[in-house]
Amino acid sequence: MRFVEVLAFAVRGVTANKLRSALTTLGIMIGVASVILLIAVGNGASQSVQNSIAGLGTNVLTISPQRAQAGSSTKPLTTADAKALADPTEAPAVKSASPVVSTSATAAHAEVSYSISQFLGTDPAYFSTTNSSVAEGALFSTDDVTQGRKVVVIGATVATQLFPTGNPVGETILVNNIPFTVVGVLASKGSNGLQDADDTAVAPLTTVQNALTGYGSLNQIVVQATTADTLDAAQAQVTTILDGRHKIGFGQTADYRVLSQQQLLTARTATTDTFTVLLASVAAISLLVGGIGVTNIMLVTVTERIREIGIRKAVGARRSSILGQFLLEATMLSLFGGALGVAAGFIGTRFTIAGIQPVIVPSSVLLAFAVSALIGLFFGSYPASRAAGLRPIQALRHE
Amino acid sequence: MSAPVIEVRDLRKVYGSGDTAVHALRGLDLTVARGEYLAIMGTSGSGKSTLLNILGCLDAPSSGNYLLDGIDTAEFGEAQLGLLRNRKIGFVFQSFNLIPRTTALANVELPLVYAGVRRKQRRARALAALQMVGLVDRAGHRPNELSGGQQQRVAIARALVTAPAIVLADEPTGNLDTRSSEDVMAILDRLHATGRTVVLITHEDDVAAHAQRVVRVVDGRIATGVAA
Ligand SMILES: Nc1ncnc2c1ncn2[C@@H]1O[C@H](COP(=O)(O)OP(=O)(O)O)[C@@H](O)[C@H]1O
Ligand SMILES: [Mg+2]
Repeated sequence: MRFVEVLAFAVRGVTANKLRSALTTLGIMIGVASVILLIAVGNGASQSVQNSIAGLGTNVLTISPQRAQAGSSTKPLTTADAKALADPTEAPAVKSASPVVSTSATAAHAEVSYSISQFLGTDPAYFSTTNSSVAEGALFSTDDVTQGRKVVVIGATVATQLFPTGNPVGETILVNNIPFTVVGVLASKGSNGLQDADDTAVAPLTTVQNALTGYGSLNQIVVQATTADTLDAAQAQVTTILDGRHKIGFGQTADYRVLSQQQLLTARTATTDTFTVLLASVAAISLLVGGIGVTNIMLVTVTERIREIGIRKAVGARRSSILGQFLLEATMLSLFGGALGVAAGFIGTRFTIAGIQPVIVPSSVLLAFAVSALIGLFFGSYPASRAAGLRPIQALRHE
Repeated sequence: MSAPVIEVRDLRKVYGSGDTAVHALRGLDLTVARGEYLAIMGTSGSGKSTLLNILGCLDAPSSGNYLLDGIDTAEFGEAQLGLLRNRKIGFVFQSFNLIPRTTALANVELPLVYAGVRRKQRRARALAALQMVGLVDRAGHRPNELSGGQQQRVAIARALVTAPAIVLADEPTGNLDTRSSEDVMAILDRLHATGRTVVLITHEDDVAAHAQRVVRVVDGRIATGVAA
């Protein structure tokens, strides 16, 4: 029997029951597309986290409070700590040390109200330390900090939310019902997938402590070293000064933590890796579910198909031509479904999903395609190959 | 008389094993001459279908010999059995057994495809077979668009399209009304008239009356000394 005849039977087999073929294709397509998409989202998230941390600069140290050992007292990080760190004789490797308090706050302008996830109070050095620049207007000054003026620099997201049309600079917004004058808008930094770096507003430290947070512990001190090479020296000096001020003895756990950009990157990458693994397992489950769907459809119709195999054998079909036909049918459905899935995956990754720009991992495309194609091939042809080995009457009697 | 086309000796068929074993055939002997028109009768469960399936090479006996044209079918492999079913035997089932969602023409063409007949000739021969059963105008219809009688006639067209020497029919009129039964029997009569060996199973005396000879199967054997 010629190959074209077998192919013709396979094509007819696929088109004869369109619903079955469509469902099989759909199952494979969903499996493939979701694996590609979910892994791309995980990958996109971790890439943007890395980018945003790398964008902060290589000479930055972040000091945050941490719970000390049981027994030893925990002292808050204070503005005085930040001042001490900026001392050029005690800490020559430190260029600046910005105290930071952060809170969430609701801002309102005209009829619009928006909840800002990071409302920061700090000093002007913070902007250069974190590579932040203004897109419009200006930053606030040291004078604004000492005078405790109610001025604020807002992030791009906050600006578009509160001022969809007009220019925010010079306008007054109400932050938890306290009026602040917008002096500038920060240039966009984009989202890192886990948080939106533009969903922020920065005001003078004194103002924020006075109006919003009170004078408790700082949330962070952000230290800039003089150069990237002096980062280690700066870290040592910072530790010495703070250990002295917080009376941390040798071998005791400190009540603060100093992290360099590199350490921060490692920590964050670990977080997004977990995220990627999570998404990958969801993807694997959807591939499995898609596979089970395909299996189901194939098995449901197998009785009818096994009778068909019996008929074909009864009129003289050889085992090889029956095998060929069913293998080709399964191949066509799997390849078609897989190709559609890859197409859907590629189209899906062009969209931003939950603030994340997905980045396709080539191996995931291959994996998804191969796994689903194999599932389709196996369950499409294995029952058929068993049936092809039966005597015609056994296949005809199959229920 | 030439050598018998079908010769069966001490044929036995056991389904299952142990306590639940069913002895469907218990040492059956039967000879069918070339060109003969034979009807097999017998009560339900007596083993008629089991016998015919073995004669059609759709099933294998548990023991005993089945000689087709003088050659023991036990010597044939899977490929040769396929060839026999394709070229030598046309089988008509009680339940039609057409491939669903496939046109009458494609169903009739099926044996020719496996016989390696080229497309053009295939079409012509399939149409001729449909012509013979009076269903050319239904060539493009699918089984679910045909009546039971029409489906059975399509199945007969499929059985005769390769011009087999033997036509086996298992209760071909069992599911049909009187009108359709007469149509089907007329076709089988014509096949016999063109020299084919026809063996059919039936419960109806007026159907059996078309045959030259009637045998009865009782408990898996041919009943002897019983007038037909
Ligand atoms: N595939 C099978 N498995 C088990 N028993 C079977 C099978 N086919 C037929 N039988 C049994 O074999 C006996 C003969 O069946 P069959 O040849 O179909 O009888 P008939 O066609 O004369 O009505 C019955 O008792 C039936 O139950
Ligand atoms: Mg029967």
